[in-house]
Amino acid sequence: MKLTVNNREFAIDADPAMPLLWALRDVVGLTGTKFGCGAAQCGACTVHLDGQAVRSCITPISEAEGKKLITIEAATDGSDRVGAAVHAAWLKHDVAQCGYCQSGQIMSAIAFLKSQPRGKPPTSAEIDAAMDGNICRCGTYARIRAAVADAARTIA
Amino acid sequence: MLPNIDYHDLPRAAQRLMAHRQASEAPTLPRRSFLKLAGAGGLALGTFPHLVMAQAAGQGASALKPTEQPSAFVQIASNGEVTVTINRLEFGQGVQTALPMILAEELDADWSLVRSRHGSNDGAYIDPSFGIHLTGGSNSIKNSFTQYRELGARARAMLLGAAAARWKVDVATLRTQAGTVLGPNGRKLSYGQLADAAMAQPVPEKITLKDPKDFRIIGRPTSRLDARAKSSGQQNFGIDIRLPGQLTAVVARPPVFGARLASLDDDAARAVKGVKAVLRVPLDSGAEGVAVVADGYWQATQGREALKLQWDTSAVEKVDSEKQLAQYRELAARPGPRKFDADMAPLGTAPRQLEAEFVFPYLAHAAMEPLNCTVQFSDDRAEVWTGSQCPGLDGAAVARVFGLKPEQVAVHVQMAGGGFGRRFAASSDFVVEACEIAKAARAAGLNAPVRTLWSREDDMRGGYYRPMHLHRARIGFDERGKVLAWDHVIVGQSITTGTVFEGFQIKDGIDRTATEGMRDPYPVPMRLTVHHPKLNVPVLWWRSVGSTHTAFVMETLIDEIARSTKQDPVAYRMDLFGDKHPRHRAALQMAVDKSGYGKTRLPAGRAFGVAVHESFQTVVAYVVEASLRDGRPVLHRVTAGVHCNLAVNPRTVEAQLQGAAVMGLSMCLPGAAITLKDGVVEQGNFDRFTVARMTDIPAFDVHIVPSAEPPTGMGEPGLPPLAPAFANAIAQLTGKPLRQLPFNIEGKS
Repeated sequence: MKLTVNNREFAIDADPAMPLLWALRDVVGLTGTKFGCGAAQCGACTVHLDGQAVRSCITPISEAEGKKLITIEAATDGSDRVGAAVHAAWLKHDVAQCGYCQSGQIMSAIAFLKSQPRGKPPTSAEIDAAMDGNICRCGTYARIRAAVADAARTIA
Repeated sequence: MLPNIDYHDLPRAAQRLMAHRQASEAPTLPRRSFLKLAGAGGLALGTFPHLVMAQAAGQGASALKPTEQPSAFVQIASNGEVTVTINRLEFGQGVQTALPMILAEELDADWSLVRSRHGSNDGAYIDPSFGIHLTGGSNSIKNSFTQYRELGARARAMLLGAAAARWKVDVATLRTQAGTVLGPNGRKLSYGQLADAAMAQPVPEKITLKDPKDFRIIGRPTSRLDARAKSSGQQNFGIDIRLPGQLTAVVARPPVFGARLASLDDDAARAVKGVKAVLRVPLDSGAEGVAVVADGYWQATQGREALKLQWDTSAVEKVDSEKQLAQYRELAARPGPRKFDADMAPLGTAPRQLEAEFVFPYLAHAAMEPLNCTVQFSDDRAEVWTGSQCPGLDGAAVARVFGLKPEQVAVHVQMAGGGFGRRFAASSDFVVEACEIAKAARAAGLNAPVRTLWSREDDMRGGYYRPMHLHRARIGFDERGKVLAWDHVIVGQSITTGTVFEGFQIKDGIDRTATEGMRDPYPVPMRLTVHHPKLNVPVLWWRSVGSTHTAFVMETLIDEIARSTKQDPVAYRMDLFGDKHPRHRAALQMAVDKSGYGKTRLPAGRAFGVAVHESFQTVVAYVVEASLRDGRPVLHRVTAGVHCNLAVNPRTVEAQLQGAAVMGLSMCLPGAAITLKDGVVEQGNFDRFTVARMTDIPAFDVHIVPSAEPPTGMGEPGLPPLAPAFANAIAQLTGKPLRQLPFNIEGKS
């Protein structure tokens, strides 16, 4: 099976039912995407599949075949305008504490901001609702909220 | 997460642990010059594990004091990069930045060139006050502030000495400026240029520390050194370790703590593609389990699902939360050992009476990174990679499993995705388990490093919870709110019974971790009786330990007395503090002033709530705004006043305040409880164990009381006063006190 990860093709010899998360982490060797719950409860494993935020811990690799998969490593490498804005906002607000959930937080934030109509910055309530699926046990939420709003202004 | 303890008792306790485990001779740390050049990797201290037990013994572990070992803590590369090794686990609390800030201040380093890295179980990295490796009790900055200042000052003196020798001038004519030594006639040399020569300089005995008014790094809001890596997927955690040939293990653990295997059919599991071995292994609490070792985590879990297992739970107690509460109520009525005593006669005659019962559930730490530990070993050496709060104790446990000497063990401390106390267990449970699996795998012919990885369910059902507690209070007071007698009972498992910490944490049958935060700072005549039932549920410290429940009890009851005697809850507290508790006063006043409390009229349906609590020598006061939405409590705004003495990194102080408050908020939310039915933990994932999410989060406004006193901790103190402040606001609205966590009014869903 072939997976297109961050614009590179990988031949994967694995059970088609294997979740993307473990293909990324254990097979491809991209460990920026994190394992938090294995049940789409916490969002730590969020990646983009054809631009949509998906929970890679419950998405089988068979579902990703032929699609464009983007992980945190590529989303924040500067090549993506929204990704760069979110990354910069995360640094400006010094969001991370333990940092474990932040890959997923950032991937959710990027997908959310890309889904927003141009010229209409999201309200605080919209940001909260969009980010509600990502758990941060350190409690960095207030800074996440500020960083997403900041990134939204940057790309507006 | 270790509570307030008498430091002097700790080396004794550690010695007992040594005797218990495996004693060895105490080699001395070889004196090494400091400032090793980057690239001289062979000199990295982590590759010379030693002193594991010796340092655990505290006294006489090393001929050198930690402050005399700059080599273990500072490396300056020829390009000027300064790498500071931290003697703690970084798991979100920010010591990975704050400790280098402290050292860099006295070193007079160029902050933009400062880097940070984790230490190991090497003897250099013990807590200078405790005498063992420990990240806990919000002690990292408090106990290492002077240590890291002195390290920086010594390193700076050696750089100055090298420059003086190079230029053949009196050292007194030299000064430093942000990573450069400046000499007469405009001469200058960067630290990088001097690093090599500075290595040959003697480590000075006497050094002069900066006057705090000259601090330019300490006290400045500073971005975390790990911010970039943690915002781009580049930060490696323990779970990300990938050694050549590494295999992954998952474990089928019994449904009840301590149970054993009755039968195992592993034919189907062994047939799963990628599964390398199925192993019966001893587990924590005398239990037995089955490890499935495979190429990767997915294959291992597939193998685990294919196991046909039967468990024998006949020999172990099967705890049931409902029955347990009934038992606790029964216990509460019995006489028991007393922490405090006072005359209870006024209870019969006091004009006002208040009786209250509080219930607190078990809580899981639920750090975002599930527990994991990677082990590689040979006949004469073992290496472990894990996010450990106590690498010395863990290293000793590793040595015991493999029959090695402690100095043959290296614990490589890994960046951890949270911990909140779970990574510091006297049993070293998850480290020992990983070692047992690696050992069994090797016996089965698999000569490979093994990463044992817990699923979320394994982690949440794995025990080591904040204990369930029952509090009962009977208070007699007068019309002015003066407390005449306060009879109080706490029932809950002891965290330290049966551990190496028992000797100094338990006094007269009472575990200090259960009572910290009771009574003080309020001058009330309290009789406090404590019962510690023994149950088959492993318990542990959990961010802010005893104060997770005692602060709630104290601060809601004090508030209730104020309200019932028609007094302002802030004025009532200030009156009780008198002039004896200036830090409490300052923190509370700060929160009050900044919140608009007493001045601002809140919209209808909203109320202020107040709480203040000292834990780990830091005082935090909250004034919150809350309301009820469809009958469900909602927290809107939190204004904090914090007194942590000198704030080394105010940005981190604010972050820790917010984070701890959010964890305190989590305790209030419906579903924030671990419960057991017939011995089995009922919650396995975040769908049933609630933690706060973005839509629960209030606006924050954090204010630090200015102070130049030596810093106190910040990892935990923000947690305890949040839940009672929230509860007090809701009680203002409903007229009914909340006496249970999570709150027992859920409203319409």
